[in-house]
Amino acid sequence: MRIVKLKQKNLNPFLEVISENTELWAPVRKYTDRHVFAQVEDVSQIDVDYTRTILPPRKIFLPPSFNMFTATEKEYKENFSHATKKILFGIHPCDIHGLLIMDQFFNYVFEDPYYTQARNNTLLLGHSCWPDEHCFCKSTRTHIIEEGYDLFFHRLSEDYLVWIGSSKGDDLIRLMPDCFEEKLSDEDIQFYIRLREQRNEAFQTEVNFTAMPDLMELKYNHPLWEKIGTACLACGSCTNVCPTCNCYNVMDHPQLKERGSLIHRDWDTCTLQSYSEVAGGENFREKRSDRLKLWYTHKIQAYISKYGKPGCVGCGRCIATCPVDINVKTVSQALDGKDVDAFWNRLNKGEIK
Amino acid sequence: MNQENQCPPQTNPFKPEPARIVRTYYLTEDVKFFQVRIADMEKALSFRYKPGQFAMISVLGAGEAPFSISSTPSRPGLLEFCIRKAGVVTDALFRLKENHLIGIRGPYGNGFPIQNMKNHNVLIIMGGIGAAPLRSVLLNCLDNRDQFQKVTLLHGAKRPAEMIFRDEFFDIKDREDLECHLSVDQDDTGEWSENIGVVTTLFPKMEKIDPQQTYALVCGPPVMYKFVLQELLKLKIPRDQILMTLERRMKCGVGKCGHCAIDYIYTCLDGPVFTYWDVLHMRELI
Repeated sequence: MRIVKLKQKNLNPFLEVISENTELWAPVRKYTDRHVFAQVEDVSQIDVDYTRTILPPRKIFLPPSFNMFTATEKEYKENFSHATKKILFGIHPCDIHGLLIMDQFFNYVFEDPYYTQARNNTLLLGHSCWPDEHCFCKSTRTHIIEEGYDLFFHRLSEDYLVWIGSSKGDDLIRLMPDCFEEKLSDEDIQFYIRLREQRNEAFQTEVNFTAMPDLMELKYNHPLWEKIGTACLACGSCTNVCPTCNCYNVMDHPQLKERGSLIHRDWDTCTLQSYSEVAGGENFREKRSDRLKLWYTHKIQAYISKYGKPGCVGCGRCIATCPVDINVKTVSQALDGKDVDAFWNRLNKGEIK
Repeated sequence: MNQENQCPPQTNPFKPEPARIVRTYYLTEDVKFFQVRIADMEKALSFRYKPGQFAMISVLGAGEAPFSISSTPSRPGLLEFCIRKAGVVTDALFRLKENHLIGIRGPYGNGFPIQNMKNHNVLIIMGGIGAAPLRSVLLNCLDNRDQFQKVTLLHGAKRPAEMIFRDEFFDIKDREDLECHLSVDQDDTGEWSENIGVVTTLFPKMEKIDPQQTYALVCGPPVMYKFVLQELLKLKIPRDQILMTLERRMKCGVGKCGHCAIDYIYTCLDGPVFTYWDVLHMRELI
């Protein structure tokens, strides 16, 4: 792979040049300490010193609500207005892995044109990161990324090592060839290797996924699920922040004047009660514990069977988000028979009723 | 960065095809029959499906829902559905008159393993609205009668007025190449000439069949499964030759929306037809 060097001070000018005719999406600060992926008008808005955004980047490819069709009785007119040409800068390895999982999913048997078109129109420019207390991407082996990006920016002390992952990425570099140095010094390489080792040491959270498919099967009827189900608020936050959640609902919004409808596709959440209802009001997953089991079966068992890796990329969003500490870490530790100080102890003491 | 905006893909699996309601009438108080033809004649004739597959039907302003196809692929051109009034989409469908346009896409799902069923006995057990998917396979067997051994139909309804396709089944009842038993739980008319009792009371009336050479197809209300399955096991029909077709909420039919997920599988891609072995093996199927 071709690797070049860019001075950090040249990053913003570079982003400005490449986004001249394209939407630029990047992490920006929201509230005081949060970050979101947003479309930026001015590159100075970009803040690369972030750990995780509130919502994963899939919102750019399949927005929380978008119009699939403008329909009349005679014709369903497709709408791909969300799939504009974009550059997504600043995406971390775990989120790129999340998109690679979504790529597999949305191309499985049938291709979902709403996803693939948005995906094909977006260039991914990754950025290196540093784990906080919730990150466990080392456990899911998604802390490094070798494919899927067009460019990847590894931050050193004053420079970036820029990995060129695709021909389109190379085209971007050629727009400002003078900014990039072809020659890397031994010092740069040493610095990069040391940084990587230090980063590997910096992970504070570990989740053992190896036994999870077996444990999900062996403990499917274990009372711990009832306890977790009782604590769960069924708010759906975990699914909204998960980079590999794909569920959606389709709503038909009648437009009386046009004698037609707008067919919208909205994010949906398997932890909501209405999710598994069928005609006549029968519900296959009435209990919150049943719905949580579905989610965890999917993430830490079914994905492993189907695609060979978990449907979790260790981004830590569910850990940072769930108000009652139900997340991939606590649930898998509970399944593993380990005492989990967070909600699990409180549950055992009966503090959460 | 002179990347051309990509053209939309050739086929959008979510795009419904306009279709016209050719005939519609009530089968029972809350079940209506719909005969539908895809407006584009070429597409109407090339719509190939297997018995047991389903289609997504959309009504503008109401939404979209999955429905079993009740017609047989051996009679191409028209699609038939047998629909119970149960929600927003079906309410809207029931209000539509003949010649009205609806949207249709599919077919989806695995369908019944017709190839494997060839040269075997076919035992079809339907209760209530369970006739909707099983009528397709029954008519298909009758239209290709020489490909199958013995064909048996057991059909149960609550009352005579609630028997779906009653006239049609009475018409084929006397065929010599079909064993057909009809039953109602209660006869409130006093004119019912067939069996009275739940569908399992029909089992003793059946001629003896070689269970190893038999495929049993079951569809009906949840309460029916337990008792019918017991009878089938008593007959010693292998569990992987007992086939059932299941119902789930679906928003896409193509394995994307997630609503029909069960364990590892999606009902829309891996189902809706499952064997009894699958059902025992997987949680939450019925």
